[in-house]
Amino acid sequence: MILSGWGRYPAMDCETRSLRDPKEIASVLERSPSLIARGNGRAYGDAALNSKMTLLIGGCDRFREFDTTTGLIECEGGTLLSDILRVVVPRGWFPPVVPGTKYVTVGGLIAADVHGKNHHRDGSFGRFVESISLAMADGSIVDCSRSENSEVFAATIGGMGLTGIILSAKIRLRPVASGMIDETIIRAPSLQVLLDLFKEHDASTYSVAWIDCLAGGGQFGRGVLMLGEHAKATNSDGIAKETASSKRLGSGISVPIVLPISPLNKWTIKMFNEAYYHLQKPRKRRTPYNGFFFPLDAIHNWNRIYGRRGFVQYQCVIGGVGYGHALRELIKVARDMGVGSFLAVLKKLGSGNRYMSFPTDGYTITLDFPVCSATMTGLKRLDAIVAEHKGRIYLAKDARAPRELVEQGYPEIEAFRNLRRSIDPERKFRSALSERLDI
Amino acid sequence: MNPGFAGSVLIFGARSDVARPLARIYGLEGYDVVLAARDSHSLAADADDIRVRSGRNVALRDFDVLDTGTHARFVDQLDVLPDTVISLIGLMTPQDQAQTDFASADLMMRSNYLGLVSILGEIANRMEQRGSGTIIGVSSVAGDRGRATNYIYGSAKAGFTAFLSGLRNRLFKKGVRVITVKPGFIRTRMTEGMDLPLRLTAEPEEIARAIRAADKKRRLVVYHKPIWALIMLVIRSIPERIFVRLKI
Repeated sequence: MILSGWGRYPAMDCETRSLRDPKEIASVLERSPSLIARGNGRAYGDAALNSKMTLLIGGCDRFREFDTTTGLIECEGGTLLSDILRVVVPRGWFPPVVPGTKYVTVGGLIAADVHGKNHHRDGSFGRFVESISLAMADGSIVDCSRSENSEVFAATIGGMGLTGIILSAKIRLRPVASGMIDETIIRAPSLQVLLDLFKEHDASTYSVAWIDCLAGGGQFGRGVLMLGEHAKATNSDGIAKETASSKRLGSGISVPIVLPISPLNKWTIKMFNEAYYHLQKPRKRRTPYNGFFFPLDAIHNWNRIYGRRGFVQYQCVIGGVGYGHALRELIKVARDMGVGSFLAVLKKLGSGNRYMSFPTDGYTITLDFPVCSATMTGLKRLDAIVAEHKGRIYLAKDARAPRELVEQGYPEIEAFRNLRRSIDPERKFRSALSERLDI
Repeated sequence: MNPGFAGSVLIFGARSDVARPLARIYGLEGYDVVLAARDSHSLAADADDIRVRSGRNVALRDFDVLDTGTHARFVDQLDVLPDTVISLIGLMTPQDQAQTDFASADLMMRSNYLGLVSILGEIANRMEQRGSGTIIGVSSVAGDRGRATNYIYGSAKAGFTAFLSGLRNRLFKKGVRVITVKPGFIRTRMTEGMDLPLRLTAEPEEIARAIRAADKKRRLVVYHKPIWALIMLVIRSIPERIFVRLKI
């Protein structure tokens, strides 16, 4: 089966098998000398590709238990975040961390240790995982947590599926009064103002900024900061109303085919950015959680808009004192790349987790580029800036970063390799990504 | 919030790939669910899943379609006679095996046809007495015309399709609805590894949604994917004199 990540690049012919019940895992592990688990395929690059055996675990999607008094939920690794939302929000709970799409599995959320708009305050998804049931290379199934097999547990969070297969997990939810979000939108006429605004609003639960990569001169790096808080219930039917409006959103629109020629180029993006910036009038409003957290989910298969060759998403985090300078350089290079980045997102992150977990103190910027030779050359210039500032590349987005760049960004990579050697000496768990980067 | 109690549904063949999404759909729409299969205790995780997702009651019942002597007692021992009964039971052994080994053909007849005549007959009689109910039988496009490559399985399904048709005819005025669902290819464990034409192959979730939609819309006979209705219309209408020469 030809598989690729969400960026549709690279595509690989992979042997696949569908797993429907965690009980079947032993026979798969016995027969496959090399495999990687794949959830809903929302990692952008080559993290969930293995030509010898890509194990599709989306069929392991059963809930085991949901304690509505403590907010502890247990479900299988292939369970979709969208299903969790549907189960827990009407009962007054919310996932502790959500990424930009709800069409991801629990296994993927843990393996990529995803961050959300609340990372600066609450940390990443892994922080709320109580325990994991992991199928290991030797065929054993172990429970790991902060008190039991704690090193394997820590390495599995952000471990890109390379420590084992996440069969199920227990997750601690956050109580909410409703599924509505009180959103505040603030325009920032320049990058400096935007960075200052992030600091000023550090106490906000949720914050994220869209930036206009193509604006120049005094408007360089202008953007729109979006802040959010879970709404206090003002009426008893707040949740019901929200559910109804989410249903409407859920139907959404779709990009029906892979567009042969992408409508996105520097000029259309420039026009879009200009319009978007001015349409985002500073305001406060109460909005359903779907629109606030998952705006792109309303357009099904939006990844098809980049044309046949797909796209790469470039996401890095830059810490230290020089972050302002680094961000300026990155945006400049992105602007000059000619292809233009349609999506450009900036977010302040808080302190991070161990091993290969991505999010850590600093600012993270996300850029999208259609795959073409100009992009590949331009990305190398981005790499150089990231390397210079000791930045870190997000592996869940990556399809092409050089090994040295990744290594210098993850100080615990050698410890991760050592742990892998001890629990998986024959390197049973492999992906195109782990082979490319020798992780 | 989830809807209130809408009724009860009993699913035969609860270990099949279509059963899981189907039970979830009915649960989310307010149905209490009974899953019937051999060794039903092994479906405990599925039952928990439906409970968490829907908040409805879920029960497991041991059932063996081949053991026809137990069928009447099985129905009598249900807590209530369900509002809706769905059969997903199906067994396909390879044609070359079935045409040389009668035991294999016999097993297909009993699984796909005879056993279902027994259990659905028991249920139909009770529903007729009550004056209400819905019976949904999942048959197959393979029953629409016997083909060299799959005719033993197909003949069992043809028998089942005719049974459902007659049952529908008999109970139509008694308040009991009978629905025939005829899937084409489904991507399941039964077909894993087979090279199926993408446009003609449905995911188990799709079949589950099609079954629920047929129930809601009070349909009588449903093909899924819908294109199969057209394909089978063509295949049925080919004169036998020409059909004998074809390889399809």
